[in-house]
Amino acid sequence: MAVQSKGRHVSYQQIVERHTPPRPIVRNTIRAFVVGGGVCVLGQAVQTLFVRFAGFSPQEASNPTVAVMILLSVIATAFGVYDKFAQWAGAGSAVPVTGFANTMASAAIEHRSEGWVPGVGGNMFKLAGPVIVYGVVAAFFVSLVRYAVMHL
Amino acid sequence: MPKIGQQTWLFPSEPRIEQVATVAGKLEGEGPLGACFDVRKTDDWCGADTWEHAEQGLFREVVQVLFQKAGVRAQDVDLCFGADLNAQVTSFHFGTREFDIPKIGLYSACASSTAAVALAAASVEGGFAQRVLAGTSSHTSTAERQFRFPTEYGAQKPPTAQRTVTGAGAALIGKRGRVAVTSATIGRIVDYGVTNAWEYGAAMAPAAASTILSHLRDTGRKVYDFDAIATGDLGRVGHAILRDLLAQRGVEPGDRLLDCGMLIYAPDQPEVFAGGSGAACSSLVMFGHFIKKLESGEWNRILVAATGALLSMVSSQQQDTIPAVSHAVVLERKDG
Repeated sequence: MAVQSKGRHVSYQQIVERHTPPRPIVRNTIRAFVVGGGVCVLGQAVQTLFVRFAGFSPQEASNPTVAVMILLSVIATAFGVYDKFAQWAGAGSAVPVTGFANTMASAAIEHRSEGWVPGVGGNMFKLAGPVIVYGVVAAFFVSLVRYAVMHL
Repeated sequence: MPKIGQQTWLFPSEPRIEQVATVAGKLEGEGPLGACFDVRKTDDWCGADTWEHAEQGLFREVVQVLFQKAGVRAQDVDLCFGADLNAQVTSFHFGTREFDIPKIGLYSACASSTAAVALAAASVEGGFAQRVLAGTSSHTSTAERQFRFPTEYGAQKPPTAQRTVTGAGAALIGKRGRVAVTSATIGRIVDYGVTNAWEYGAAMAPAAASTILSHLRDTGRKVYDFDAIATGDLGRVGHAILRDLLAQRGVEPGDRLLDCGMLIYAPDQPEVFAGGSGAACSSLVMFGHFIKKLESGEWNRILVAATGALLSMVSSQQQDTIPAVSHAVVLERKDG
């Protein structure tokens, strides 16, 4: 196998960089800011509707609000729209609730062909799993610190 | 001598491409070469219940169309070389299982199309077969699952990404026809240390350069001995890198240097990014477009160097660099 020496690597890397179109960072940042903010505004609007018209307290309203946002994301994923929206919006589409719902719904749809248990069940958390694992691990250490500060 | 130089095979009996067939997916059928393809699908499901079954159906259909165009039946074909990108080469093996022909499944990733043509021509040249089928398929959604993310997952792809071509292309190689396979150069594995799986073009360009330069060295030919030198699926980024690599070695192919991945889509088609890729990219363009140019007499001799990135999902997650390979075949118009 013709693995090249270190010196050759550097010069090849320069050729590659010369021809690689840069990621449009400014455009991506603006879109992520606007879209990510927009998703949050939508969530806020839904919460306000629950408070104003359904008699929830602001604190109680957060659960049904999250449910609505998840539902919207899953519907958009199921209709094949979310991935196109994400290509345009970039990081803005990764806003926790909707992005998380998309990772689970897309994996569930993708692996439906392998059956309900090994397919959907076994793969639904394929992309979302790491978030839960490291979320729980981080929560453990944060609460450990909190416990130490409060009790020692 | 059937082998010249270090890695080039000559076929003095000039095995011919007897017939070709192509089945294109929706976006490919709508692209600039759409009119060249025998069948254009209106939807990438192709009536199947899963993407994998859809791709197997593409392979089955391209063989059916090929047999129909050539007026042959399965028993008239002695041997079959096929490939696709799925693990265990399932699209080829499953899609063609109803055709009772001796078969060998290949894997050189997207370089499989020219590998299959080279082996088919060698089999005819060696007298091991009278008529050999060579074909490849790929599907954008099976490749997404095999190498990337679920199709509906919302992740932004960078401008260096390429779209896997949906379709299948196949050829019958035998004794009669206007286009001959006159030589082949079997590629070496080349790895320049690219690890980013969104940069196939950069990973594969050195392999294309290696095989093209080896072919020129082994045969003593110059770039102007060819009407076209086409790579399989380097895309716009890899194509530009290849020009630089060839120029470093004093080879200036000019506008002879083409890339199937750049020809198959128009740049303004949705989500094609740097161009097409996939095992069917080179087979659709070679069998749908190049053969017509050779048969019409517009071209007399071309070199097709399909390129393959030999990574897997596991190698990619283990941060390995991406080895690449390129196999080349020479197609020539023959009047006799």
